[in-house]
Parts: sequence; structure tokens; C-alpha cells
Amino acid sequence: MSKAVLVDITRCVGCGSCVVACKLWNKLQYRQDAPATGSEAVLAAENWTAVKKVESKKGSEKVWRFVKEQCLHCDEPACASACFSKAIKKTKEGPVVYDEKLCVGCRYCMLACPFSIPKYEWDKTFPRVRKCQMCAGRVAKGEKPACVEVCPAGALTYGKHEEMIKAAKERISGGGYINHIFGEKEAGGTSWLYLSDLPFEQLGFRTNVTTKPLPQYSESILRLTPAVGLGWGAVLTGLYVYNRRRNEIAREEKEKR
Amino acid sequence: MSAVNANKWTFKMTPTRYVLAALGLLGAVLMLYRLVFGLGSATNLNDHWPWGLWIGFDVLTGVALAGGGYSTCLLVHVLRVKKFTPIARSAMLTSLIGYLLVMAGLFMDIGRWFNFWRPFVSWGYTSVLFEVFWCVSLYTMIQLLEFGEIATEKVQKPWHGFFKKIMPVLFIIGIVLPTLHQSSLGSLYVIEVGKLYPLWWSMLLPVFFLMSSFFVGPAMVTVETLLGSRAHGHKVDLGVLQSLIKVSGYLMLVYLVLKIVDLYYRGATGLVFGGNLESNMFLLEMVAGIIIPLIICFTPGLRKTTAGLATFSVLVVAGVIINRMNVVFTGMAKSSGGFYFPSFIEWAVSIGLVATGVLGYLFIVENFNILQGHQTGAKPLVKEKKATNQAVKYSA
Repeated sequence: MSKAVLVDITRCVGCGSCVVACKLWNKLQYRQDAPATGSEAVLAAENWTAVKKVESKKGSEKVWRFVKEQCLHCDEPACASACFSKAIKKTKEGPVVYDEKLCVGCRYCMLACPFSIPKYEWDKTFPRVRKCQMCAGRVAKGEKPACVEVCPAGALTYGKHEEMIKAAKERISGGGYINHIFGEKEAGGTSWLYLSDLPFEQLGFRTNVTTKPLPQYSESILRLTPAVGLGWGAVLTGLYVYNRRRNEIAREEKEKR
Repeated sequence: MSAVNANKWTFKMTPTRYVLAALGLLGAVLMLYRLVFGLGSATNLNDHWPWGLWIGFDVLTGVALAGGGYSTCLLVHVLRVKKFTPIARSAMLTSLIGYLLVMAGLFMDIGRWFNFWRPFVSWGYTSVLFEVFWCVSLYTMIQLLEFGEIATEKVQKPWHGFFKKIMPVLFIIGIVLPTLHQSSLGSLYVIEVGKLYPLWWSMLLPVFFLMSSFFVGPAMVTVETLLGSRAHGHKVDLGVLQSLIKVSGYLMLVYLVLKIVDLYYRGATGLVFGGNLESNMFLLEMVAGIIIPLIICFTPGLRKTTAGLATFSVLVVAGVIINRMNVVFTGMAKSSGGFYFPSFIEWAVSIGLVATGVLGYLFIVENFNILQGHQTGAKPLVKEKKATNQAVKYSA
């Protein structure tokens, strides 16, 4: 069954334990030019998750919030649909995973992702695409992702997708949250879900994402390919034969005269 | 008939050709550097801008400008419009060279180039790029076979009959494949919904890309014919070129109407005069690349002059280049953030490829029967310098 993680932004204290766990589990380096915590935190080839400190306003009061960023693991991932060598796949447990053996390095996944998540090893001769794998190996064994395992503040909850939606709705009805589960509908639904007490656009989320799964846009066009190809080929063959015959007749008549 | 020498090989080097050769050589060396040291050290690409000059210019624009091959093939070999026959071979040769350059550009751009063959066996058929990859590869093969007919007039002559026999099949496949991938290059950006600026994003992107690749064909052929006539000293049949650009004109009229209807339907008309970078670039693309050429095309007094023909063609080619650049860069700037400007190596490789292409074209034109009524050695080399310089600029 498909799993999900519920991120409760109101509970995150910005300790960065999840970042440490992620780096250790996935053997990622610390890089000075790409901090993984603080107000300058960014996702990068070596930062599969980052906890960003955002200064915002709640009413007239100035507040801090900490936003954990990582791949959202879409239910119908644009990156996987855009990959022309099947190097990115959605597993049945939920994680969207990358296989470097199959990757050609075209970077169309980076362009296709509505959340601009995949990053690239620009400094390598044969770069890999890098992004959160949702600890697919752990998840397959029934364990929690490394970041969820270590969160001391209870900001991350892991479980079955529909149960996480249910839990999110319960918390919203309990009060203190805005009525929006980010990831329930965005990009057709994602395996990572967010709750917040502030509007998501205030926290730097991209909120104008289409709710229709992105692959459906291009696949509705691609589906026409065989018909267009065969139909056009048939029309061209017909025209070719017709025009050749017409030419022959014209020539014969010329010769007769 | 052609005065191309039947058996000898000639390639007279001129100062311009030395320059082109040097540029080509520099490009080749830098391509080697890129393959060894990777994209990061050779280009200015970054996580905000995963695609840059090589995809935007060498691939997207290159394929579009090579559209003269399949559009001419359709007109001459399928519809049998006889008056266009004299330009068929040079148009299809330009297309072949264009696609070889595109393949080279693509190979430069893929990060894990040792894996270039993967999509042939690991089928990511849900990807638009998968279709583009297959169609472009197959079409390049088809074009090489089509060139076989010309090549076997001079070398490996026993094969000529065979090539003549298979040509009809090649013609038809050679029109179907470009139809599919020219449109698919537009479909590539359909998945950028919400990221690509609404002046360009549309479900009709494939139709727009297909139509523009078709109508830019005659414009490219005209530019090339006018330049070629100066370089190789033969007379141009203006009548042929006029009829040819009228084909473009009618299609551009439909394109313009479709663009307006599409903008109106998506409620994006208000953005056209928004006064921001996007709207200005869009207006430039539409006014300079479509509307002014249309006025020239449908005013007989303008169309019938060499200057009118040249202006029309240069504007249409520029318009299509701007259109592709707008989709890849202008339209993506807001959602991408960050900064990108091509590095020296990116420029030098792109220029080197074009220079190699021009040299290849000249070599083939001077050694095979491409241009009908072509006179070799008819004191052409005086004006060559200017002409080839422009060729670089225009085909760029």
C-alpha cells in the first residue's frame, strides 16, 4: 500500500536532525556553498532535504517558521513520465526513485518537475540526478524514512497515505491550521503532505501548481502519435501514387501528339 | 546539366574557408574537453537552468531551420510541383547537414554520454523526448540514405539503381518522421504547464512548432539560394523563390490567426501588451517574424524584388529563432530563477558546429550534383568571403 509522510510545519523547531539523518543514511557531503539549514538553506546535489527558516507575519506579529523541503514524491510524477530511458520510476510503496545505470543525463526531469526538485552533479564528468529517494530501501522493508525516524519534535508522521490524509483533516478540524493540505491535490496528489498555520505561499511554496497530474498533459498529445504517423503516411502514399500516375499520363499524351 | 567534375575531388581553400576550418577545429577541441571534463566545467548550466544554448539553439532551433528538407520534399517529390525541382537537392542537403549538427549538439549536451543508446532498449515511451529521440535518429538515417542517391552518381556507381528504387519509400518516411518530431519538440514544453509563460505555453505548442518549422523552410531555402548564387556565380530564378515564399505566406497567415485565437481562448490576450520583457519579446517575435514578412509576401511590388525576398526570408528565419529562444529562455526565466549566460565553450562549440556545417555544405555542393546549372570555376571566389560570412550569421 502507498505510504506517505505528513509534515506539520507548526511543530517543526528547525533543529535540523532530519538533515543530519538524511546525510548520514545517504552518504551525502556537507558543502559550504549549499547550506542545508537556516534562512539560506537550499536543495542541492548533496542536500536531498533542507530545513529553511522563513520569516513571515501572522496577523501583525512577526514569526519564524521552519519548512522542510525534499522531493514530494508525486502520485503521478512528471519526472518519471518525462524520463525517456525509464531511469526514474514510482514504486508501489510511494517513493519516486532514480536508477543511475539507465540515466542518459538529458535533465528533462529537472525541467518537468513542477517543484524544481531534481538537482545535478555539475562538477562531475558523468553527473547523476540527485534527489530524495524517500529511503526507498527502508520503506520497502517496512521501516520509516531516516528523517522521520529521528524527528524529535513530532513534526513528521509516516504511515499509509489515506491515514495521513485522515490525520491531517483531524488536526485541521481541531483548529490552529489553515484549511489546506498541501500535496493532497497539488500536481494530482503527492506522497508528502504539509500542514501549516500560515498560507503556503507565504512560506515559499508554489501554490499555483495544477491539480491535474502533469503527465496527463503530454500523454494526451503523445497518444495521437501512432494515428497521426500512420494516417499522414497513408495520405502521403496516396498523393505520391496519384501525382506520379498523373505525370505519366501527361507525358504519354504529350508523346502521342 | 551540371558542370561538376565527374571524378575529381576539388575544394579550393579561401581565406574565409580557413577561418571556418579554424573555428571548426577549435569547436572540435573544446568538444573533446567537454566530454572529458564534464558539463559543469565546460558550460554555465546550473540547477536553475538545466537546459541552455546547446538545447535551445543547436537542437531546437537547428531542427526547425532544417525543416526546409521535409517541406521541400513534400512539395517536389509528393505533390510534384515541378517548378521547385531545381532547389530540392540543396534544400535536402542543408537539412541533412542540419540534422548531423543537431545530433552532435545533442551528444554534447547529454551528461552521461556513454549511455546515449539507453532509450533504444529502455523504452521511456511516456516521454515526449522518447519520440523525439527515435524520430530524429531514424530521420537522420533516412536522410543519409536519401543522399545515397546523389552520392552514387559519383562513387560506388553500381548502387545507384538500388537507391533510385528505394527513394519513394524514403521520401514518405522522410516526411512522416519530421512531422512527428517537429511537433514533438513543441510538446516537450507542454509539461512545463504553469512554468512556461502563458504567452507561449499552450496545448497547441506542437501545432505551432510544426507549422513554423514548415514555413521557415522556404525562407531558409531562399536565404541559401541567394547567398549561394553570389558565392558560386549562378543566376537565381526569382520566380521560383517567389512562389516558394507564397507557400510560407499562406501558412503564416493561418499560424497568425491560430495564435490569436489560442491566446484569446486561454484568456492570455491581456499579457500581449503587458510592457514586461515577456510581452516585448513576444511582440518582437510576432511583428518582426510574422506580420512584417506577411506584408512583404502579399505586396507584389515588394515580393518581386530580390531585396524583398531577402528581407522576407531573413525576418522569417530570425522570427523562428526568436520564437525558440523565447520558449527556452524568455518564457522560462520567471519560474527558473537564477542566472544563465552561455560560457565561451558553449558559444565556441555552437559556432564551430555551424562552421563545420558550412564547410561540409560547400564541399558537397562543389563535388556532387546539387545545384542545377551550377558552373564551377566561373570566377565566383571573389564574392565568396562576404557571402559565407553571412551564411554563418544566417544559419546561426
